[in-house]
Amino acid sequence: MSADTIPITIELAGGLELLFDNEKKFNIDLPTKTKDGNAANINYLVDHLCVHHMKDTRRDMFEINGTVRAGILVLINDADWELEGEGEYELQPKDTILFVSTLHGG
Amino acid sequence: MHRCAICQNNRAQVIRPKNGQKICKNCFLEVFELEVHTTIVENNIFPSRGERVAIGASGGKDSTVLAATLKALNERYDYGVEFVLLSIDEGIHGYRDDSLETVKRNAIQYEMELCIVGYDALYGWTMDKVVEKVGRKGNCTYCGVFRRQALDRGAKRLNISHILTGHNADDIAETVLMNLLRGDLPRLGRCAEIMTASLTSPMRRSKPLKYAYEKEIVLYAHYRELDYFSTECVYSPEAFRGNARSLLKELEKIRPSSVLDIVRSGEQLVHNAVSPVKLGCEDPKRNWREERMGLVNGSQTLSDEPVNPKLLPKIVHKTRNDATYQITVRSVQQPIPSVKLKFFIFFA
Ligand SMILES: [Zn+2]
Repeated sequence: MSADTIPITIELAGGLELLFDNEKKFNIDLPTKTKDGNAANINYLVDHLCVHHMKDTRRDMFEINGTVRAGILVLINDADWELEGEGEYELQPKDTILFVSTLHGG
Repeated sequence: MHRCAICQNNRAQVIRPKNGQKICKNCFLEVFELEVHTTIVENNIFPSRGERVAIGASGGKDSTVLAATLKALNERYDYGVEFVLLSIDEGIHGYRDDSLETVKRNAIQYEMELCIVGYDALYGWTMDKVVEKVGRKGNCTYCGVFRRQALDRGAKRLNISHILTGHNADDIAETVLMNLLRGDLPRLGRCAEIMTASLTSPMRRSKPLKYAYEKEIVLYAHYRELDYFSTECVYSPEAFRGNARSLLKELEKIRPSSVLDIVRSGEQLVHNAVSPVKLGCEDPKRNWREERMGLVNGSQTLSDEPVNPKLLPKIVHKTRNDATYQITVRSVQQPIPSVKLKFFIFFA
């Protein structure tokens, strides 16, 4: 672990794992700062996941307008991201971020 | 850190979309179940003890949450009913066969009898074969119509006259929006009803999760670690519903109460709509039966139940220039009996 990256755990559920080669849980090292020097937040993480980890070409199934697509629930350490500032939440080492789609039939 | 608004003690983990309340995981699970119980009691969903009731089970999040919640509530509040999982096998390889494995596990987890009814045995074909023949267009519509019938037949086979489905508030709001956009008031009224009984069959259908947000259903499944299946059907969903769904999710983002507000609007419209005439009668050449069944190719009509022949327009008078049709309209407002309407159509 270097100081330039933050270790975080990503979890995917509700069908989103299919966009990531069926991986439901993995660890990543996220750059601490964005290109513009801002602290890495959820919106940055979403872009990072699309660029470096998504195996599917349908990026819009996950990301729209620079953030998570409406209908995808985000839990930051098992709490609703709305309690944590949503896309603006700045990631901390060892955070677990769960993305779960509510869009699939039931 | 936010503290739970209910127990004032634990860390809040959930914001409730209906009222913005910040609550902890335990209080959320409790209040979710309590609200389903309230829906059941207020609407008298289980009027008689000893009744056997089918849960339409797809293996997806909604029906899995429904089965899990009902099992817990039946034990806690002693409804005295027996639940049977009823699944439909549409014959869609790589989708339904996988989800049925989930249902089989659910049957063991919830100690419920499981009955699987196949399109194959019922109709002599599978959705895979249908798609092979007619292509992908509009097949959701076919499938929906036949699934509904298959559930009825499966229940009949089990000697059951009450089917519960996992429709949630988002599903209903979505359907309300679709019917609103199509100007289909009768269907709009029916989709917002919590319990429906068709004129043609004694089968009752209820939606105990009618007031539950999809978001909370997913959270409930997550926190309870329920085993559910979540892959989109290989035959992608109908575009119109997809649009209504995206619209709803965007509205929810701006104003979370929108979902329940739309459900309530649907209910209000039922109470106010006295003569729900299906529009689109201008073209007498239209095949009504087929259109009402949603089987006309490319039609946006999304019917979900077989049409009662008595409800089809009857030609009572026809000349080269005009025609009079008579249509019986079922009132959705209970005390008002069905009425017969006549209308004239002038050919251009
Ligand atoms: Zn609490």
